[in-house]
Amino acid sequence: MNHYFNIFLNAVFIENLALAFFLGMCTFLAVSKDVKTAMGLGLAVILIMGITIPANNLLLQYLLKEGALARWLGSDYSQVNLEFLSLITFIGTIAAMVQILEMALDRFFPPLYNALGIFLPLITVNCAILGGSLFMQERDYNFVESVVYGVGSGFGWALAIAALAGIREKLKYSDVPDGLKGLGITFMTVGLMSLAFMSFGGIDLSEERALTAEKPAIEKVDAQKDEPLINTNERK
Amino acid sequence: MADTKQKEALLNPLFNNNPIALQVLGICSALAVTTKLETSVIMAISVIVVLGFSSAAVSAIRHYIPSSIRIIVQMTIISSLVIVVDQFLQAFAPTASKTMSVFVGLIITNCIVMGRAEAFAMKNPPLISAIDGVGTALGYSLILIIVGFFRELLGSGKLFGFSILPLLNEGGWYVPNGLMLLPPSAFFLIGLIIWALRTWKPEQVEANG
Repeated sequence: MNHYFNIFLNAVFIENLALAFFLGMCTFLAVSKDVKTAMGLGLAVILIMGITIPANNLLLQYLLKEGALARWLGSDYSQVNLEFLSLITFIGTIAAMVQILEMALDRFFPPLYNALGIFLPLITVNCAILGGSLFMQERDYNFVESVVYGVGSGFGWALAIAALAGIREKLKYSDVPDGLKGLGITFMTVGLMSLAFMSFGGIDLSEERALTAEKPAIEKVDAQKDEPLINTNERK
Repeated sequence: MADTKQKEALLNPLFNNNPIALQVLGICSALAVTTKLETSVIMAISVIVVLGFSSAAVSAIRHYIPSSIRIIVQMTIISSLVIVVDQFLQAFAPTASKTMSVFVGLIITNCIVMGRAEAFAMKNPPLISAIDGVGTALGYSLILIIVGFFRELLGSGKLFGFSILPLLNEGGWYVPNGLMLLPPSAFFLIGLIIWALRTWKPEQVEANG
């Protein structure tokens, strides 16, 4: 249980997709002008990430991984490794899921559908969603972990965009130098927010290390030695 | 006439209509790879290849794509190209491919690629679309390489892995600025680049921030 809680916390704060990995930046900067729309978009992202990342996880484990096809088609296929197709599969799943969710919401929860409005289709091209799936693949999460990770990273992204929107609403009244107006100052703001989020980086989720034995901890140290230029947060 | 148009499509995105500084596109996938100049350059080249070919391909079949499913069609073209680039990098530049991890795959959702396919390639013939794609990617690369240059130089005193500023702990004089290796510095640098660009070309200033 603790293990899952740690994945969640990690995804929300320490490895926040928006502020530590720059994912979903286009929408992040474009739709953060007021808090209400930002919240709507954040909600949509949580929903989609909570669904697509586990779905992609299942596809990966039961279709694409090396030997996975043997389970369905007999041992002739035990050598087949379709992992190079994961990119196109993931984006297909995401596009399809967005479409299905849009129709389902329209039919069963019209108020929510109206609240999300234009943001639902936009989410297909939100890098955060695909990024989440790719991180899930890279870190070899199992199904339950991927559910937790999906909801957690979606939540982190929503938190970040809502916070940025709040700051930008206040920023309207400040006197910004001409060249920095609009986009420039937004970048600076995001930089400062990201700096604030970096301070979560020192948090040591020690139970997680204890649970997953020493192996990951050793790997972490090695990774730091090999690639000192990369921020350790990014490589975890 | 045709020549000026092609030249414009190629050069306009560099300063006048820069995809990152003015159009706010494609910031997503790329900034995390700019801690080193080398990865920035590889990322830039990948985006140029993908964008050039995807624009040409989308434009070549633009009359046959039903508008209701055009997003999926574009996505398929783009992701096929990205898979090719990804496999190529894994084969010929394994270390760089490892460093960039998921960010190569994220070229798919790079808004620039979709944006150009949607805004330009769907309406224009293949050649000019390809040129426009390459031009836009060049504008994007420019920012990426500037950011990568400063982050590697100031953050670790190196360029392409060679020492330029000798570090203090290796007997030199330069104390590296660790902030430059963390994500926030990329935001600050881009903010500053935008500021510089808009001071140089005041017509890009937004009227109301």
